[in-house]
Amino acid sequence: MSVDASLEFHEVGEDIADAAAPSGPIERRWDERKFSAKLVNPANRRKMSVIIVGTGLAGGAAAATLGEAGYHVKTFCYQDSPRRAHSIAAQGGINAAKNYRNDGDSIYRLFYDTVKGGDFRSRESNSYRLAQVSVNIIDQCVAQGVPFAREYGGLLDNRSFGGVQVSRTFYARGQTGQQLLIGAYQALERQIAAGTVEMHTRHEMLDLIMVPDADGTERARGIIVRDMVTGEIETHTADAVVLATGGYGNVYFLSTNAMGSNVTATWRAHRKGAYFGNPCYTQIHPTCIPVSGDYQSKLTLMSESLRNDGRIWVPKQPGDDRHPADIPEDERDYYLERIYPAFGNLVPRDIASRAAKYQCDDGKGVGPGGLGVYLDFADAIERMGRKTVEAKYGNLFDMYARITGEDPYTRPMRIYPAVHYVMGGLWVDYDLQSNLTGLFVGGEANFSDQGANRLGASALMQGLADGYFVLPSTLPDYLAAGPFEPVPDDHPRVVEARQAVEERVEKLLSINGSRTVDSFHKELGHIMWEYCGMERTEEGLIKAIGLIRDLKAEFWSNVKVTGEAQELNQALERAGRVADFIELGELMCIDALHRAESCGGHFRAESQTEDGEALRHDDTFAYVAAWEFGGEKPVLHKEPLEYEYVEMKARSYK
Amino acid sequence: MRITVNVWRQKNADAKGSMVSYALDDVVEDMSFLEMLDVLNEQLTLAGEEPVAFDSDCREGICGTCGVVINGIPHGPEVTTTCQLHMRTFKDGDVIDIEPWRASGFPVVKDLIVDRGAFDRIIAAGGYISVNTGSAPEANNLPVPKEDADHAFEAATCIGCGACVAACPNGSAMLFTAAKVTHLGLLPQGQPERESRVLGMVEQHDAEGFGSCTNIGECTAACPKGIPLDVISRLNRDLLGALAAGKA
Ligand SMILES: Cc1cc2nc3c(=O)[nH]c(=O)nc-3n(C[C@H](O)[C@H](O)[C@H](O)COP(=O)(O)OP(=O)(O)OC[C@H]3O[C@@H](n4cnc5c(N)ncnc54)[C@H](O)[C@@H]3O)c2cc1C
Ligand code: SF4
Ligand code: FES
Repeated sequence: MSVDASLEFHEVGEDIADAAAPSGPIERRWDERKFSAKLVNPANRRKMSVIIVGTGLAGGAAAATLGEAGYHVKTFCYQDSPRRAHSIAAQGGINAAKNYRNDGDSIYRLFYDTVKGGDFRSRESNSYRLAQVSVNIIDQCVAQGVPFAREYGGLLDNRSFGGVQVSRTFYARGQTGQQLLIGAYQALERQIAAGTVEMHTRHEMLDLIMVPDADGTERARGIIVRDMVTGEIETHTADAVVLATGGYGNVYFLSTNAMGSNVTATWRAHRKGAYFGNPCYTQIHPTCIPVSGDYQSKLTLMSESLRNDGRIWVPKQPGDDRHPADIPEDERDYYLERIYPAFGNLVPRDIASRAAKYQCDDGKGVGPGGLGVYLDFADAIERMGRKTVEAKYGNLFDMYARITGEDPYTRPMRIYPAVHYVMGGLWVDYDLQSNLTGLFVGGEANFSDQGANRLGASALMQGLADGYFVLPSTLPDYLAAGPFEPVPDDHPRVVEARQAVEERVEKLLSINGSRTVDSFHKELGHIMWEYCGMERTEEGLIKAIGLIRDLKAEFWSNVKVTGEAQELNQALERAGRVADFIELGELMCIDALHRAESCGGHFRAESQTEDGEALRHDDTFAYVAAWEFGGEKPVLHKEPLEYEYVEMKARSYK
Repeated sequence: MRITVNVWRQKNADAKGSMVSYALDDVVEDMSFLEMLDVLNEQLTLAGEEPVAFDSDCREGICGTCGVVINGIPHGPEVTTTCQLHMRTFKDGDVIDIEPWRASGFPVVKDLIVDRGAFDRIIAAGGYISVNTGSAPEANNLPVPKEDADHAFEAATCIGCGACVAACPNGSAMLFTAAKVTHLGLLPQGQPERESRVLGMVEQHDAEGFGSCTNIGECTAACPKGIPLDVISRLNRDLLGALAAGKA
């Protein structure tokens, strides 16, 4: 394999370091950092303003907390209410090292599991802090009235999730994300009523404003947004800017993300100089409902908990299109149980997903297009009885029946992997500050504490850790130097940013070509899924980069966007997002190409063990890839990763 | 299958709207209702016409963004959200009327999109527990009987879609308001603010132009999350209690 092939597509810059990272014993680092942080006198806080883009778990929690502390907060979201952020869709649960089960859990164990689960591509300090703060999150949510599941004695219930051996996942039936978000939303509404937070719904961020201060330091000082109802382009300025705009899984067109989930806010910041960390790390979830046709607009996840009792199989004979009930036992291949006897159907997400892909590649897939495998509850129903299965999984079975029109109690469900979460995002230091001074990033939007692969129930934990606890401790350290000189509306940087946004809108509306925005988005999605999906190769990635460049050129000459700028215009909204996804897609492929190893959610076919498992190259690739924007030649900065506490080992599930 | 849709088209809040008819030739029964509208919009765009504006986000029945009146019924003939309705519910040759929520508390923004900002303001008027970040006690110091927790959870599953308002002949938002009063009122954490909460939320509900509740029950029949009518009785009890305590 030639490591050099990627050099045609990027430059290599200087290494970077996390300058905010504390040292010393790991369990003291967060306390040390909080202690060394400058504080802002309560009387001065209302003079300090913070813009927070995104009011999901990360942004909503940060806005509420900073509002409570007395800062002047301005928040933005694209939905009609902060209660609808995509965090609402999380089903399974949230991890916390409470050790209520007395089953050997601890902060250290959650830290260890996170670093190992992330396939040794996350920072130890960040993962440790996440585990530490997790216990406070549960306390906070319970005090807010989040109705977590409880035991008969009235205490909180836990379940085990995502293949770990302890029960540390807190949940609210299959609607944990909803209940956590409603908790944060209510806290946010309370601050809106109190006047500390100014909420702007149906506003989309389209650019970041960087302004130099008297001594020449460039600072993030504002954003350009479009009022999605009137079409007006507005400028908002503040002393600091936080992006908490979620993940970019929709670059694949089909994903489990919401229709509006986008990369625009972070991509625009990237174009203004913010480094993009590990863009190619994507998590593909094994248990989603397969695609049924070309008209499909999104994919629906079914909780991973189904793998606790369901058995996954395909027909042994390729092309076998008999009804599943007509395929006898000995003509079925329960491939996970066969290949991974120790873990069986419970192998981690990336392994289960890839295994399903291989079966389908061999022609053994079932359902439309042969892109599905069976998840069978026949044995479970026989063993536990239909009633128990109903009690445990009823809502999931109903959802499946509603979407597919098939009855999962009598016919095995069909499942297929789908893009679900992205570990990549804007690069941040320990304080969650990007390389741009004054620009902070929280939640799924940052490159995250999850490394190359995230454990189940850890994204909600990270979003709330960032929002309730980390940002409210680290932002004041930055704000203590403020308030900064106000930025007038006619400041050259503001005028420039505004004009650029207005021109882009005009441009999109004037092309008047012959293809719809969605047709471009779908084509991009196909390219990404095919070449930068579950399995990646050097050859495929190089091909994808070429295809994406052609697509970009065609987009800007042949897209058709109807309607006008000065009105609610959903085609225009989508066009702007797809244009950014196309550029992101190219960077993801370049990142995937340069990382000639397999780790976590990134599997390079050239880098596997003899028996087909992911093969890391710690000597070459134990770093965070932080990309500086550079058009067709982005610049790679490496942040070396060191492991002082957890020994680097190969993940093995055989 | 072939389907005809009559869709409410209205350029903006001030414009006058009207129903416009469109024909779709290739509707597949596995399509969701909103995917059928996506297909219509692709068709309109290629013909140089403006696509129909409608709201949706999660398309999983949980965010509460979607919601239109289908043949006179909010979210259509099945008890679910618009995004979770599938075309297999309809048959070849059907004519489907599609309109926005109609209520004085929900002004139309464009086509099928309405402004539900009033719901946020009702929550801001007391639909929370006042606890600043960092001041929470250890979670298990406060046991909550499982039954109460389960009931609170059921009320808390409201997705804020607004179908209850669209279904109510009075345009009342009592089911939505009462679901929150019930969720927080059933928990020990919610007790200190129980009276001020119900007073604040009901006052805001009325100020937003929602009608009053006369116990018709259309709301609960349309609710995709099955929020039961008895949450409103609970709200009324709390309200009477608060008024009797002279808190108004
Ligand atoms: C179906 C599903 C199930 C999941 N289940 C689990 C689970 O069980 N456990 C777990 O831990 N994790 C789960 N996850 C992952 C987890 O839900 C997310 O990673 C997490 O909620 C992201 O939170 P966030 O605050 O970063 O972003 P989001 O909740 O996505 O919020 C993004 C915010 O940014 C705003 N925004 C975005 N772009 C712009 C823009 N350009 N301008 C203005 N505003 C903008 C949006 O309006 C929104 O307010 C799941 C994810 C999915 C998709
Ligand atoms: S009560 Fe039901 S119908 Fe009303 S907003 Fe809540 S979920 Fe929608
Ligand atoms: S789009 Fe989220 S509930 Fe329908």
